[in-house]
Parts: sequence; C-alpha cells; structure tokens
Amino acid sequence: MTDVLDRPMRDAPAVQTETLVELRQLVVDYAVPGRHVRAVDHVDLAIHSGEIVGLAGESGCGKTTTGNAILQILREPAQVTSGQILFQGRDLVGLNREQLRRFRWRNVSMVFQSAMNALNPVMRVGDQFVDMMQAHERISKRRALAQAGELLEMVGIDRARTRSYPHELSGGMRQRVIIAMALALEPELVIMDEPTTALDVVVQREILQQIDALKREFGFAVLFITHDLSLLLEFADRVAIMYAGEIVESAPAAELYRAPKHPYTIGLMGSFPPLTGPIRRMTGIPGSPPDLSDPPTGCRFHLRCPHCLGDDSALTALQVGVRPVLKPAAREHLVACHLVEHTP
Amino acid sequence: MSSTLEVEGLTKHFAAGGARLFAGRSKVHAVDDVSFTLRPGTITALVGESGSGKSTVARILARLYEPTAGTVVFEGLDATRWARRKAILRYRSQVQMIFQDPFGSLNPVKTIAHHLERPLRIHRVVPRDRVDERVHELLETVGLVPAKAIAPKYPHELSGGQRQRVAIARALAVEPRVILADEPTSMLDVSIRIGILNLMLKLKEDRDLAFLYVTHDLASARYVADEMLVMYAGQIVERGPTEEVLQNPLHPYTRLLLSAVPDPRAGLRFEALSVRRSHSAVDPVAGCRFVARCPLAIGVCSDRTPELVEARPAQAARCHVTAPAPELLHA
Repeated sequence: MTDVLDRPMRDAPAVQTETLVELRQLVVDYAVPGRHVRAVDHVDLAIHSGEIVGLAGESGCGKTTTGNAILQILREPAQVTSGQILFQGRDLVGLNREQLRRFRWRNVSMVFQSAMNALNPVMRVGDQFVDMMQAHERISKRRALAQAGELLEMVGIDRARTRSYPHELSGGMRQRVIIAMALALEPELVIMDEPTTALDVVVQREILQQIDALKREFGFAVLFITHDLSLLLEFADRVAIMYAGEIVESAPAAELYRAPKHPYTIGLMGSFPPLTGPIRRMTGIPGSPPDLSDPPTGCRFHLRCPHCLGDDSALTALQVGVRPVLKPAAREHLVACHLVEHTP
Repeated sequence: MSSTLEVEGLTKHFAAGGARLFAGRSKVHAVDDVSFTLRPGTITALVGESGSGKSTVARILARLYEPTAGTVVFEGLDATRWARRKAILRYRSQVQMIFQDPFGSLNPVKTIAHHLERPLRIHRVVPRDRVDERVHELLETVGLVPAKAIAPKYPHELSGGQRQRVAIARALAVEPRVILADEPTSMLDVSIRIGILNLMLKLKEDRDLAFLYVTHDLASARYVADEMLVMYAGQIVERGPTEEVLQNPLHPYTRLLLSAVPDPRAGLRFEALSVRRSHSAVDPVAGCRFVARCPLAIGVCSDRTPELVEARPAQAARCHVTAPAPELLHA
C-alpha cells in the first residue's frame, strides 16, 4: 500500500491560460427583516480556462452562495449587493432572464449538492436529457437520445441506461448521470457543489478520476466546492479557503499543502488525522464559526485563532480592530492575515 | 460479570425491494455470519462502504432490529432472545447508541436539560432531588461548559458539534458499559470532528467504556480505534489491530478502500480501479463476494466462500489468496 502514499507531489499547474470567470469584490447579502447576513463579503476569485479551482470551507462560510451567484440562481432573500461577476469579460449581474437562460448550462452548468436526488423520479433518464437539450437548442428527440447515450458512456454507464428510471440506478450512477447532463452542452465551466460528499470513498475516487479524464478531453474548467480540504489538495489545481464569507487564503494546491499560511488553513489541515506516520493527539480548531449576522470585528477568525493572544500588543489591536485583506505572501499565494503580513 | 459484549454468527436478511409477484422471495443478506467482541476500554472500528451492513450491525446490537440468526451475549445473557421487560431495560441502559444526525436525534421543542433528565428518571439513575446536579455533571463531562448556560437552551441554539455532544451526554446518562456510535462525526464540520473523536478517547480511558465506532472514514478510525473490522457485502472480510490492518492489509478490499482515501501527495495518478460491481449481497451464491472486483481472484474464489482465516497473529481475512485456509493449501 505504501506505493500509493509515497508518490511525489503533483506537478505545479500548467501555465495560466485566459481568465474565464472573475469575481470582483462580490458581495451577497441575505436580507430578512430584523436580520442581515452578509454571506459573501468582498470576494475576489479568478477561474482560468481548463483549470480546477477548489473552494473549501465549513458549512455556512458562503461557498455554496458564491457558486450560486456565478450561475445567477440566488433566490430571495439573497441578492448580489455589489461587485461584479465577469464571464469572459462580460458582467453577469444585471442580465435579463432570457440572456441568463441562454448563458446557463451552455456556458456554465452545475452539479448540485445531493444531485443524486435531482433527477425526476418518474421520467426515464434519457427523456430527462432530451428535455434539457431541447430547452437549449433545436434538436430532434432521436438525436438527443443518441447524444444522451454517448454522454452516459463517457461517464462509464451503459447507453442502454437511457431507458432506466432513476431508482433503478445506484447513488454513484445517478451522480454520474448528473455529471453527464452538466457536460451535455459543452460548457466552459462546471460548478460542482459537494458532488461526491454523499458517496463512499471508492465511488468518490472513481467519479473524480472520470471528471479529471473528461476535463483533459474537453478542456472545461471546474469550480469544485467542498468541505473536504484533503480531497481538494489532491484534486484541484488551485485552492481558495473561505471563512465567514471571506476568502482568507488562496494558492496552488501543491503550494498550499506544502506551506499553508493562514492559521485557519493550518487548523483545517490539522483536523484530518493521517493514514500513515505517527498518530499524535490533535486539537482541531476550538470554538465554532461565527454568526454572520453579527460577525466579529477585525479579523473574523481572531476569536478562534491561536495567534491572537488578546494582550495589549500592536498585533492584537490589529487583529481585533482591522480587517486583514488578501496580500501576496509568495508567488501566486495570497493570504489575509495580520500575523503573516507583519512577520518577516 | 464481564461487561464484554460477544457477537457470534450474527445474520440479518431483509426481503429485497421491488419483489415481483411469483418471482420468489429475494433476500438481501445485509449481515452474514458476523462475529466479534467489544471489550471494556477498547474502541472497535467497523468500516466499510455504504450498504456494506455496518449500520445494520450497530442497530441489531441496539435492539432496533431483530437478527435472523446469531447471538449477542452481554453479561451472560443473549440480548437477541430474552423478552423480560426488566432485562430489556437493563440491556438498553448498558448498551447505548449515538446516531449520525445530531439535528434529527434531539427534540426541537424540548430543552437540553429535558433530554438528559429523561433517561435519569426513567432508569432511576439518581434520586429525584439530584437530577439537576447530574445533568450539569454530564454536560461538563462532554465539554459543554458552562453547564448552567447550556442546560436551558433548545437544540436549535446549539451548533452541530454541540448537539452531538448532547447526544453523547444523553447516552452517558444511564451509565452504560457499551456505546454504539454510528458515524457520529460524518455530519459535522471538519474542524469540530476531532473534538468528538477526542471525547470518545477520553471516555474510553476515564470510564473504561467499550465503543463500536461505525464509520467509512479510515483515517478517523485509525485515530481512535484499537481494533478494526472491515465489512464488505454483509461479511467481515478482515479484522485485526487497527495499525496492522491499515499498514499491512490482507484483504484486497481493504487495500482498495485504502487506495481510495484522498491523499494530497498522490495526485490523481493511482491504479485504475475496477468499476465492475456485483450486488452480491442479494441472494449470494457460493464464492467470494468480492470476486468480480478483485485483482487477485483465482479459480477457487468463484466456487468456494472463503472463511475468516487468521493469517497473521490476531489478524484475519476472508481471502483464498492472501489468507488461505490450511486445508485448501494442502488440497
């Protein structure tokens, strides 16, 4: 088994290509009477063509809201308050319904959390492909079904399964069907929100392998949203860590694995017990994520941060009083942390 | 009397869903001839993929399901057979279960204190005037402090990790000897999980409890468990000390599970995994249930069901190739 665990680090990501999606100072608020939650707070994030970007963080940190904002499927009471979502340079905020309808699925598609249950239980799998394709392009039912068969084979499912109902497929197979559907119109970006969380590790690995192979073939980019940082470090080219609505660190996966800088990232990494090597008692991260309707002042992580001593030093004053912003700490490596910024 | 829980030949069949009229009754062998022992001061991990039968085992031990065959012996009595109410009550107080979903296992309209008072009163653990005091002690034991502030709260006022601690405190209220923990951390945030695992370790040491830790997360099993049972399609395919099983796995399925765990150092360049699947737990025929996915399969694997054979000291596997039965070797 050791051969699996002793492999060299993954190569650095390929030379950066054109920027596909760029979030600029994106702010998303959930506004209900008496309660105002800023779920996404001035987020900058770029996704380049053909790259896998991982967005990691705990529940409630805003990662799903960020994904939904890109596809412009936020529902009341959520709304983009300010900022831009640029897709190939064009701002998606403010597009009308018809413009968005054309953009969705053709340019950006999405594999939802628990997508296994996203299929219509009383429709054959093939007919669901036909439905989706005919909503976006002029295509005969016969041709659409033939394409559906090809798409299923691409994700390792027999084309005869177009005649199956969802309940006749296993959870892993349904998830593959959803991924095939997301790829049907050859979008430039596929947003995957916890696509494998409900599956066990063996099936998860098979699906990730398939996504990776398809990505190489078709060249789409992936925004992969998950709470499982260890999975992202292996699978993604670049990883952004979100905490309480903000991106606190972003770097190429290999760099983040080798030299994480933000205390939250370090804490997250220290929350996964290792499968090899010595077993130490681990502590995780004390406390729990803040209530976003009343976030802490200064650095949002300071209440849980082992480096915020709460003394009368200048550093503590910064941590408690001033919000850190993302600054380069190494090549392609951004961190929002007073400690990192002020430690030589 | 020993507080060891001995499981012997445990078997559970469910009627397969979607049965057609006149098609005969298909049976899912959810649990098939499972034997193990839970000892005080020991955490035993039961690992396997979804549908392997690991939760069913825990549920049978909690008397939520009746087994088709087999025995569960605790304090000299078979928990699957006797029916006297007093004996059942005794067993239920000694063997407690913690569920996966801390959001579903607490009553949303009752306070935290209410959840802990109920078992104390029903099982008459302490005199009535000491119930409050014990509730606070329990909350402190599981790290919910200050207890006075937590007790009057409602479940929705607590985080997922705190709720799971309440569920553990409730299980501890009746002073059990055995705790069945069914994926207790899988619905919690990663930064919170290690705290629950540490709590299990502390309870094991301080109270000499026996734990059955059901999980699909091998790394967390390695972190807490002394013993490991690997389940596949209803059967235990490997058992042994955790570190032996994980560092030197015998069964090809254990090896497959290990190779599937995300590892940042590896990248996605692992050996191609077989995607062939066999729903071998439904009306299984003779032969190894893993044979269709197994890279090591030989002729005998399709004809003969392997037994659990101790191929190394204390480490056993059901595999004709890596743990062959002595009589087959000489045949």
